[in-house]
Amino acid sequence: METTKTFWLPEQASTFADAVDWAFGLYFWISLFFFALIIGLITYFVLRYARKRPEQMASGQMIHNTMLELSWTIIPLLIVMGLFFIGMRGYWHMRVAPSDAVTIDVVGRKWSWSFDYTQGFSNDTLVVPVHQPVRLRVTSTDVLHSFFIPAFRAKADVIPGRYHSLWFEATRTGVFPVLCTQYCGTNHSFMLSAVKVLEREEYDEWLKGAAEAAGGGGMTPAEFGATVYTKRGCNACHSPDGKPGIGPTWQGLWGKSRPLTNGSSVLADEAYIRQSILEPPTQVVAGFQPIMPPYKGIISDREIEAVIAYIQTLK
Amino acid sequence: MSAHAENINYFKASKGFMSWLVTVDHKRIGLMYLASILLFFITGGVYAGLFRLELWGPLPGFISPDTYNHLFTMHGVIMVFLVVVPGIPGALGNFLLPLQLGAKDLAFPKLNITSLYLYWIGAVIALFSLTQGRADSGWTFYAPYSLSQNPAVLWMLVAAFILGFSSILTGLNFIVTIHKMRAPGMTWFRMPLFVWALYATGIMQVFATPVLGITLLLLLMENFFRIGIFDPALGGDPLLMQHFFWFYSHPAVYIIVVPAFGVVSELIATFSRKDIFGYKFIAFSSVAITIIGFLVWGHHMFVSGQSEVADTIFSFLTFFTAVPSAIKVFNWTTTLYQGSIKLTTPMLYALQFLFNFTIGGLTGIVLGILSVDIHLHDTYFVVSHFHYVAMGSTMIAFIGGIYYWWPKMTGRMFNETWGRLAAVLVFLGFNLTFFAQLIMGSQGSPRRYYNYLTEFQIYHQISTAGIVVLALGLFMALFNLLISLKNGAIAPQNPWGARTLEWTHAETPPVLYNFTETPVVTQGPYEYPTEKV
Ligand code: HEC
Ligand SMILES: [Cu+2]
Ligand SMILES: [Cu+2]
Repeated sequence: METTKTFWLPEQASTFADAVDWAFGLYFWISLFFFALIIGLITYFVLRYARKRPEQMASGQMIHNTMLELSWTIIPLLIVMGLFFIGMRGYWHMRVAPSDAVTIDVVGRKWSWSFDYTQGFSNDTLVVPVHQPVRLRVTSTDVLHSFFIPAFRAKADVIPGRYHSLWFEATRTGVFPVLCTQYCGTNHSFMLSAVKVLEREEYDEWLKGAAEAAGGGGMTPAEFGATVYTKRGCNACHSPDGKPGIGPTWQGLWGKSRPLTNGSSVLADEAYIRQSILEPPTQVVAGFQPIMPPYKGIISDREIEAVIAYIQTLK
Repeated sequence: MSAHAENINYFKASKGFMSWLVTVDHKRIGLMYLASILLFFITGGVYAGLFRLELWGPLPGFISPDTYNHLFTMHGVIMVFLVVVPGIPGALGNFLLPLQLGAKDLAFPKLNITSLYLYWIGAVIALFSLTQGRADSGWTFYAPYSLSQNPAVLWMLVAAFILGFSSILTGLNFIVTIHKMRAPGMTWFRMPLFVWALYATGIMQVFATPVLGITLLLLLMENFFRIGIFDPALGGDPLLMQHFFWFYSHPAVYIIVVPAFGVVSELIATFSRKDIFGYKFIAFSSVAITIIGFLVWGHHMFVSGQSEVADTIFSFLTFFTAVPSAIKVFNWTTTLYQGSIKLTTPMLYALQFLFNFTIGGLTGIVLGILSVDIHLHDTYFVVSHFHYVAMGSTMIAFIGGIYYWWPKMTGRMFNETWGRLAAVLVFLGFNLTFFAQLIMGSQGSPRRYYNYLTEFQIYHQISTAGIVVLALGLFMALFNLLISLKNGAIAPQNPWGARTLEWTHAETPPVLYNFTETPVVTQGPYEYPTEKV
């Protein structure tokens, strides 16, 4: 496929990209002009007026020139006012989602994204139909993050305890990176996902399939638990196979006695795991930082049960 | 034999280590600032060098993500709070302000040494934090991340809080000195532009820094007592923290760069033997920028979730700060016209400043364009933009200023050839390092990334190569100065033929109380004769 990537800007895949890139391009040429003018003049003066004898004085002492001063005040002023209006128009367009936009909830947490569809399931990548305005309602369960899709020129900070939103309309199908641009700790730079833009029919099909799969249709609880493990971002911190990570590995966790930071210890049973997921700070495993995001109000009972079933299989 | 103490040079006026520690002489205090700041500049640079090496490749290299986060935090905190903010005012300002005004010292010499001690205490606490864990909040301390009760972050907050007081006291001292200590005949418009710049900086230090202090204090209280101020989990508001923080940190940009404007004005005037074009404009615009600079902090928050109306107003006001800066560049450029220009080492830094500051300014304007900023915000483009200002403009002007006033401070001339060679390396290294970052930033590479998409590797490699050249240039510049202390020719009173009082009326190096007789000023700071060619 032909790429729209240029020297300065990444590929374009949303309806905003054109306007943003146009403003960037316009400004680029304006700034190049002024840069060349200033550096050109400096170079010329330095060569032309180089001191040849040590005692040589300046050949003139111009300290004022009304015409010059007026023009280099008024012209930049007009230019920046123009830039302000261009930026403002583009920005307000970006901020106000059209009324026919579909809404998808985005939850950011250390260090993964989940995309909650109104059809009642959630996914670890964002899947959207092409040529359809999509509004993302974003929030965080722990610290600040920022949701960024370079190809769409779209970005919004993701704030705990608050909803913030952004919208876009994809102009072509494909897969584009989703990045976190607000520093959020250890694995900030691994907090990646992707947005997959599908044709309308493909999207509808995907939506149906995903909704069914999310019901656990055709899967054993443990299999379903394994999908929750990645879809809910547990894999950012927990390993299923004993590899050390930010959080304790799940291998061999079931039925073990867990030492907590408050000195007590507790058996890793149903109740403990459920509590650890919903309200992690209430029982922090010794030797770990209390940084696991709470999943209360985010994860469903069915998913918790599935995770427990999954953990039971990790001997 | 028994020459009066006040008539011998300030190095010899008293002797011994203690005589420096208890001194109230602004010149010695300036030199101690200079030494401390250069030391931290090297430290901050080493941190940068380490994480730039790691970034040579996209995948985990020789350090872990947590170490990387710690390194860039240390780099940022050190460079901002211990180097560029106190830099030019602390080192050059202290040394030169009384000399340029024709005064014996600053208005409050004891307050001055207090500022230096606060700086040292702040620095020691910042270093002490290293024994308490690894600070990893970034220099911006955004909540709620900085509320994780990491003891190292807490110590950093304390350090920054104390450093703020050092800054406030310096600003206050400068403002009073400029109002009260000018020599007879030194009217406001006969003051060198460096003095005007310090005046504007002083205003910002006194009015903006307390807000930083309050913010840091609130963060500390929230960390200790878990009262909800900024953390939503406790009922606080993380945006409030950002508003407070940028209410200080935007003016801080001008605290950082306005003194550099002053230095560059001096260098350009001296080495082109010209009166500065539009002297009054430059003088007033420094003060004007100071005032508008208090009203634009929200341009750091266009994607933060603040209201669209606020975004629009902040964008509008931001463009007004662009115009005075642009005019200054035109003024300096026009000053060169018809001059008698000599490309000494300091002048090479002044010209580099113009080059870098033009890029720094132009890349700043594009960030003010709302729709475009949404894309560029929090990418390497922003990182590069502020390095073009803080390093490419401020530090470059600072180094140029150190070279320019070195003979006055130390009584020795440096080697021009090595000086110029180093200046060229610094120029190449700096631009290599940061121009690459502009491109990868607008391509969408986020900042503070340990791991990055492989398509950005080439830019990271250019950037890392650049920092090697930059480091080479900086060390060469430093050694050239240090060697001159021993081998340099004895400096005459006015080696550059400058017109400001520190050159025309003060000995090299100056005597204890600066002037043997109070100078009487009869003309402006840059009144050079002309000749027909
Ligand atoms: C940001 C990293 C992170 C993420 C994401 C995360 N956890 Fe955790 N988790 C931790 C840490 C750290 C601990 C240990 C400290 C504690 O107990 O709070 C932990 C502890 C646990 C424990 C107790 C484990 C033990 O060894 O006793 C369970 C169960 C658990 N997490 C489940 C989950 C589930 C399920 C998910 C996904 C829905 C998840 N975690 C996502 C970091 C994370
Ligand atoms: Cu992040
Ligand atoms: Cu700002």
